[in-house]
Amino acid sequence: MASKNININLKIWRQKNANAKGNMETYKLDNVSTDSSFLEMLDQLNEQLINERKEPIAFDHDCREGICGMCSLYINGEAHGPDRAVTTCQLHMRKFKDGETIYVEPWRAKAFPVIKDLVVDRSAFDRIQQAGGFVSVNTSGRTMDANAIPIPKHDADKAFEAAACIGCGACVASCVNASAMLFVSAKVSQLALLPQGKVEARDRVLNMVRTMDEEGFGNCTNTGACAVECPKEISLDNIARMNREFLKAAITSEA
Amino acid sequence: MALTGLFLCTFLIGHLLGNLQLFAGGEEGKRAFNEYGYFMSHNIFIKVLSYTTYISILFHAIDGFLLAFQNKKARPVNYAYSKPSANSGLASRSMALLGSIILIFICTHMANFWWKAKYSSTPMPLHRVEVSAPGSEQKQSLYLTTTGSFLPTEGLVIKHGTQIYAPEVNLKVGEGYKDLHSLTVAFFGHDKSEEGFPANEFALLAVVLYSLAMLTLSFHLWHGFSSAFQSLGVRHPKYTPFIQMVGKGFAVLVPLGFASIPIFLYFTR
Repeated sequence: MASKNININLKIWRQKNANAKGNMETYKLDNVSTDSSFLEMLDQLNEQLINERKEPIAFDHDCREGICGMCSLYINGEAHGPDRAVTTCQLHMRKFKDGETIYVEPWRAKAFPVIKDLVVDRSAFDRIQQAGGFVSVNTSGRTMDANAIPIPKHDADKAFEAAACIGCGACVASCVNASAMLFVSAKVSQLALLPQGKVEARDRVLNMVRTMDEEGFGNCTNTGACAVECPKEISLDNIARMNREFLKAAITSEA
Repeated sequence: MALTGLFLCTFLIGHLLGNLQLFAGGEEGKRAFNEYGYFMSHNIFIKVLSYTTYISILFHAIDGFLLAFQNKKARPVNYAYSKPSANSGLASRSMALLGSIILIFICTHMANFWWKAKYSSTPMPLHRVEVSAPGSEQKQSLYLTTTGSFLPTEGLVIKHGTQIYAPEVNLKVGEGYKDLHSLTVAFFGHDKSEEGFPANEFALLAVVLYSLAMLTLSFHLWHGFSSAFQSLGVRHPKYTPFIQMVGKGFAVLVPLGFASIPIFLYFTR
């Protein structure tokens, strides 16, 4: 594909800190290569802002190859922008037209408070993970090799697909209810599908769901927006599996 | 939400099958419908079922409002620009609004039929038939009783809604049927003045609003039916496509069946 340069207008959320009142600011950026990624475009804009002695825009990024889950951004009304199965760092400027106005906003959820500009605090996900997203292992020194445990190929594949979740939060950002069900269900499924996860299965789902609710995420109404916007294409199958796990655990738990 | 929703889906089927009897017109249709109405209000199992339905509607509505309230709170600051149509259906995002409209409809619907038939201050007219002896011009008005026999309307009084008494001796001589059929068809435009139900002058408005309510119900079911299964964890590559297909069919056919009745009644008035 032939590379070309486009000129774009940007409307970007600016917010000094967690307590400040933010607003949408308008920027004009010329000569953006259509081969550049969305984050490289933001780098270019920040360079322009620094040259103008203005505060650069804060945004999250790390690996820039779609595996770390750091980049976020609600671009033109969609999490990670208009492309499917990509993170913002994998989104290319060729997806935009010359002269287009692009809206860039942080994830919006009570459980994801804005820290600065486009950066939100996603530690709620960490706390959910800590509430049950782990397995107990034998540390006696004679730990069995994981590969020695027979697991049906189908289950291993499903667990692997769930484990592909990078915890970016696009599901929460896309959900009309700011629900974290897709994330939590991926984390629950990944372990529920494997024999190693059976030991804590009951407590895991109860604790992770309880923590999810405590963190202030919304409820799932099965709109399916999360799965469409998920950069790792986590399936709604996981939410159904978590609902099964939860029902089973809630009915049989003693408390 | 899922359990009450699916229960209410089964209620819809029962209610629709009962209503479809309104397509059978004439004296036979009227009699069948009123007998059905009597059965529905006098059978103990139906009583249990109807209270379960009331409780389900209340629970479904209250739980729905609580969830919608929590969901609103989960996103205190909205996006300046959002494109939800890119990733989800309109019906699935509007369940609370659709549900609220349906709740308002249920209230007006029960006020128009259930309340009038059950608690209205003016006594509900009973099922009557006009007969004339062979070769005679003179018509006689008779009550149809639950035993299938007829009693003259003159000289007898009605007590407790449907009980027919001989006033001189204060003796119950029979029990009649509330004329729910005439109440219903008059509401949608038929002139049943003789039976005590003059034609509703706003029948057209009633038909239009009823049909719009059914359209709302259709959208609600379009998402709700299969969503209930997902919430219960019933999802499987073998069965889910079938459930979704049944859900779409249910969402179209059931409200269409309901709406067809007032439209039919209005155009056959």
